[in-house]
Amino acid sequence: MSDTTHSDNQAPIEPLLKVRHLSTRFKTDRGVLTAIDDVSFDLAPGETLGIVGESGCGKTVTSKSVMRLLPDHLTIYGDDSEIMYKDLNLVRASAGEMRKIRGDKIAMIFQEPMTALNPVFTIGWQLDETLKYHTDLNKRQRRERVIEMLRLVEIPNPEQRVKEYPHQLSGGMRQRVMIAIALSCEPDILIADEPTTALDVTIQAQILDLMNGLKRKFNTSIMLITHDLGVVATVCDRVMVMYAGRVIESGSVGEIFHNPQHPYTKALLESIPKHGRKRADGRLPTIPGIVPSLWELPEGCRFEARCKYSDSDRCIHQEPELRPGLSDRPVRCHYALGSPDERPVNLTASAAEGAAG
Amino acid sequence: MWGFIARKLIYNVPVYLGIILIVMLALRVQDPTLMKLGKNATPAQIESVSKSMGLDQPFVIQYFELLKNVVTFDFQEESWSHGGKSVGEMLKSSIPMSLAITVPTLGLSAIIGVCIALVAAYYRGRAVDRVLMIVAVLGMSISYLVYIIFGQFFGAFLPRQALGGENWPFEITGYGPLFLGEGATPMNWVSFYMLPVIIGLIVSLGYDTRFYRAVMVEESSRDYITTALAKGASKPKVIFVHMLKNAMIPIITRVMSTLPFLITGAVLMEIYFKIPGMGFQLINALTNLDFPVIQGFVAVLAAMFILTVIATDVLYALVDPRVRLS
Repeated sequence: MSDTTHSDNQAPIEPLLKVRHLSTRFKTDRGVLTAIDDVSFDLAPGETLGIVGESGCGKTVTSKSVMRLLPDHLTIYGDDSEIMYKDLNLVRASAGEMRKIRGDKIAMIFQEPMTALNPVFTIGWQLDETLKYHTDLNKRQRRERVIEMLRLVEIPNPEQRVKEYPHQLSGGMRQRVMIAIALSCEPDILIADEPTTALDVTIQAQILDLMNGLKRKFNTSIMLITHDLGVVATVCDRVMVMYAGRVIESGSVGEIFHNPQHPYTKALLESIPKHGRKRADGRLPTIPGIVPSLWELPEGCRFEARCKYSDSDRCIHQEPELRPGLSDRPVRCHYALGSPDERPVNLTASAAEGAAG
Repeated sequence: MWGFIARKLIYNVPVYLGIILIVMLALRVQDPTLMKLGKNATPAQIESVSKSMGLDQPFVIQYFELLKNVVTFDFQEESWSHGGKSVGEMLKSSIPMSLAITVPTLGLSAIIGVCIALVAAYYRGRAVDRVLMIVAVLGMSISYLVYIIFGQFFGAFLPRQALGGENWPFEITGYGPLFLGEGATPMNWVSFYMLPVIIGLIVSLGYDTRFYRAVMVEESSRDYITTALAKGASKPKVIFVHMLKNAMIPIITRVMSTLPFLITGAVLMEIYFKIPGMGFQLINALTNLDFPVIQGFVAVLAAMFILTVIATDVLYALVDPRVRLS
């Protein structure tokens, strides 16, 4: 087992959320499907963690597992899976305990602001609902708080807006309302699942600015799920890269962007369009192939088929453990890259054994 | 809101005028007096019937005459097959009879159907859901007639015989004192109409439950449900507040669109239980070529249909803010 190899490089502060060996499986008609496998990470107070990966890599399942928003009767969590929020293991928490946490301690915003709000209730009602569940404020105080929150997310005319319905607002405005709902109880953790993907670029920047500002104001930790590395570079402190249900690399934004050690991370970074960097044929670099189906995972490294560094039986037949690479942060690769342009460096067996213990 | 209703009424006036036009034309393809008198009628007989029905008047006059009758709800013409009874009297007695079965059937079926559908959607894909749906399909698959005949036999005939007649509340026929007439009490209603209502319920529940379940399943996968859960709402709150209000839109559509069909569609029930409701009277009139009754009843049914359409629009506007009133 690849135990908590990266527990030492955390900040000395006690993390707010400790996720250990989180495996989430779904019962389906074809059998049990493992959507994410042995995911571990920490979230420190006030920190923004970016979770990055292609579609289907398990980002959303990770966030929904933390919120326990997956259908209970179809979801199996691993026996040793732990999501420790303070002293409570969310994986084993009762429905009642989860209700108290959702919206109050851990809040969430979603990708599609057009559909995430309930179309038949007013904005004011929907904001008020969260306060009703989690605070003892009376009706008048709640109304004041609702208007205050709308003002905080920079919605003009909040007194008027509370009476309006979601369809009367633009996409950007609705996402602001979602943020207002999520932050109205001043949660410790905000999970943002692709919060800007459905918005156009100028609005994206505004929403990210707003989230950043409010994060500082409320000292909220953010788990930002995205496939947009540009967004990660703008707002995140640390990054966790996922591939086919596995964490493959994590580290600070600087480390990941300047010194990616997993070939996948490196390929992801190379596929960002950048001024002045082109392939010889003038086309944008891409990663060939597709993410393997979770039903037919390869025996060895899950990225092997698409990896340009793969050249050994080891990659094909043995799945690499998540263990410290060259700069002591966790990488899931037999031949973690030293620097972006170097050929793979074979780690010595002793280093691998040391990490596994 | 009142402006909205008024506007809807005005928009539907041309529709109604068109319906009446078509109905009247269709009924005059063949000289209606021949329906009553047969082909051996003398010209004098034809003339006298024509005159009494106003059929000798120009078509335009007849058209406005019928419209006036509908608007004032005053049909003086005498029925041809029920001597001495005016069409107006027949309408006044049969409409409450029909409503006495259809309204409770429809209302209860919608409420019970939605409740069962909620349970099925809540346990979607699990044993409870599967069993409920099998029962619903089974209920749908059996003919209406089977329910009526078995219902009459086991629900009223047998128990009344066994209990000596007095202690069993359900009558074999549904024809008792007028629903609104003298001597009508709730107990009367129960004894004469409860059995048809129960049978109607069993018949419509299968369809309704399946439809409402599909609605609930669709709504339960919407994003706003996840949002509500993420806000800390309890499952009952999510289902009964968030989901149900959204599901009201298809539910209203379903209930309102079945209403006109229930008025005429309960024909079998009315015939077997001998209830002189609208369907029963209309079928009788059609088989007896009772021209004044057919014309009057169809005109009134068309008006009721249009009113339910307008009521549906009003209900939409009440439930769904995206439907604009102006």
